[in-house]
Amino acid sequence: MNRIDAAFARLKESKKKAFIPYIAAGVPGRDETVEIVLELERLGADIIELGYPFSDPMADGVVNQTAANRALDLGVDADAYFAMVAAIRKRSQVPLIVFSYLNPIFKLGIDAFARRAKAAGMDGMLLVDMPVEESEDTQAICKREDLSLIFLVAPTTTRERLDKVLAGGTGFLYYISRTGITGEQDAFQKDFESKVAAIKKGSRLPVVVGFGISKPDQVRTVCGLTDGVVVGSALVRRTLEKKPFADMLADIRTLIAPLAAPTKETWN
Amino acid sequence: MDPRQFPDKWGRFGQFGGKYAPEVLMPALEELETHYLALRENPAFLAELDLHLKEFVGRPSPLYFAERMTRKFGGAKIYLKREDLNHTGAHKINNSLGQVLIARHMGKKRIIAETGAGQHGVATAAAAAKFDMECVIYMGRVDMERQAPNVQRMLLLGATVVPVESGSRTLKDAINEAIRDWVTNIDRTHYVFGSALGPHPYPRIVRDFQKIIGEETERQMMEKEKRLPDYLVACVGGGSNAIGMFYNFLDKPSVKMIGVEAGGHGVLTGMHAARFAGGTLGVLHGAKSYVLQTPQGQIAETHSISAGLDYANVGPEHAMYRDSGRITYTSATDAEALEAFGQLSRLEGIIPALESSHAISEAMRLAPTLPKDTLLVVNLSGRGDKDMSTVQAAMAEVAAAKAAEAAKPASGKGPSGSPGACA
Ligand SMILES: Cc1ncc(COP(=O)(O)O)c(C=O)c1O
Repeated sequence: MNRIDAAFARLKESKKKAFIPYIAAGVPGRDETVEIVLELERLGADIIELGYPFSDPMADGVVNQTAANRALDLGVDADAYFAMVAAIRKRSQVPLIVFSYLNPIFKLGIDAFARRAKAAGMDGMLLVDMPVEESEDTQAICKREDLSLIFLVAPTTTRERLDKVLAGGTGFLYYISRTGITGEQDAFQKDFESKVAAIKKGSRLPVVVGFGISKPDQVRTVCGLTDGVVVGSALVRRTLEKKPFADMLADIRTLIAPLAAPTKETWN
Repeated sequence: MDPRQFPDKWGRFGQFGGKYAPEVLMPALEELETHYLALRENPAFLAELDLHLKEFVGRPSPLYFAERMTRKFGGAKIYLKREDLNHTGAHKINNSLGQVLIARHMGKKRIIAETGAGQHGVATAAAAAKFDMECVIYMGRVDMERQAPNVQRMLLLGATVVPVESGSRTLKDAINEAIRDWVTNIDRTHYVFGSALGPHPYPRIVRDFQKIIGEETERQMMEKEKRLPDYLVACVGGGSNAIGMFYNFLDKPSVKMIGVEAGGHGVLTGMHAARFAGGTLGVLHGAKSYVLQTPQGQIAETHSISAGLDYANVGPEHAMYRDSGRITYTSATDAEALEAFGQLSRLEGIIPALESSHAISEAMRLAPTLPKDTLLVVNLSGRGDKDMSTVQAAMAEVAAAKAAEAAKPASGKGPSGSPGACA
């Protein structure tokens, strides 16, 4: 059982929900990324998604595009990325997921990348533009390395597709709260609750919800329906601001503490 | 191999192609494929398409014997397939019309597209206007500047043109932005991909709507010369005009085919868009193919004087035929394309698009090496009205460089530094 599966088993046991923040690795800097991860863990993160930059993130909104560009400008490549992971692993056992697009991983070799990821201490992988149909090789590699291979599920996903995703995916399902790109939003789409409930009902894997979540009452809604929540753009936006790092950490605390709180309540 | 076997049901052309799309889009791609396969067998749809190709687009486009060009280059007989004479001025309308008709049958009311040169944007805007659909075109800011007349045309046709400010502000970035729109508005929107690119089923749909170019060429050549052509030459951006010309001839081994990519400042400078010269296997915008990228898999910035060829990925069907050797690929530089642009204008009274000028350049190079009874067809994919300001600026630059060279003190020239060597 890898750290992700262990985390969900523990959460289920204690009737809690998963709090999963996303950050762009290397932003605002490499040492800072390590510190942010440790701070997020202290604030209640159960799993952390560590964005690996791609030059053309076509499913991302402006905030994550900017963050990916910043990371690339700062020279974040595979060496830098895995050095950060290794530094985190010296001080934390929080489960870590590679979050990226296919091409930068494919170019380095999915097999080679997965081995390095495992060796550095990663636990899973999610590649936004690799649908389950195109993932056969990657599934075999992740299985061998005991890395979870996480897929997105969308409001447009049909029952048939859900079955395919469930057959190929491990770890958990990441349900996108809306059709659209990443970015903060004030309210869920109107059919959100019924759609996510249907996915949850049909899934043998834990289901978490992300895309656009930035408010405690959204987190509360999601906790009532699924197994956890992802917070991305709202957090990444804080890491892009030009200010002293101590102030940035304080902003992150102000944002994250109330968002994580509902996941720590007892949910039956 | 039988060209009709490709793509397979996974959308693959050998190891290339596929369907690398975010999950939100996957059901829409499946829906598109289902509708498309049904419509292809639907006589009413095919009759409708045929009618509009005749009366709206103006097909068939002529196969024109370029007499003065043939005489000047003194070799193969050069024919031009006149896609520049289509309504809206390029081959792009063949595909835009077909896809807008599909969208109508699917009940989609909103059309989006990316555009580089603006020809695909104009063609899509025209088709959308004709069928009373909302139309939004994404175009990189750099391309909006270098293809300004096409921006005006899209606006006149009732489309909204969204300037794209991200990345290199060219075609690649326009595609990113169009995909972001599609992901967001998927339920009522059809994305009219403009080239033989993108996730399955797009490369196939675009090829199928463009293959009429080669089919007409065969008929017309049989009428004029009573035999098949020997050489086909076409420029390759994403690859739609080229595969449109080549597809019909792939199973006719006597016909040789040459695709011409954008050599930019020269493939050795790194500032080009010649994927087959500098690209490596990668996945961009839904398809696995040859991609210009860094060793770390980040997409490289490309350069071409022609916005329509200035893109880091190449259609997967081309990648397969390049590896099999069935089609040969070469490149023409900015300077060579400009030279061809001027030559064709003066020799034949035809102003070609800068994209098509790359193919013309290759024909000018190749024709003199071939016997006089050789039949060579260049796909003249579009007309050059849109390129006037780019060409004028480039010519002014060339003139200025020449003047500067002439004004240099003679001692600065030549490795020996001897004034006599330059005289
Ligand atoms: C006239 C013309 N030719 C060629 C191209 C390149 O596209 P493709 O390779 O798909 O034919 C374009 C693209 O904008 C164009 O406008």
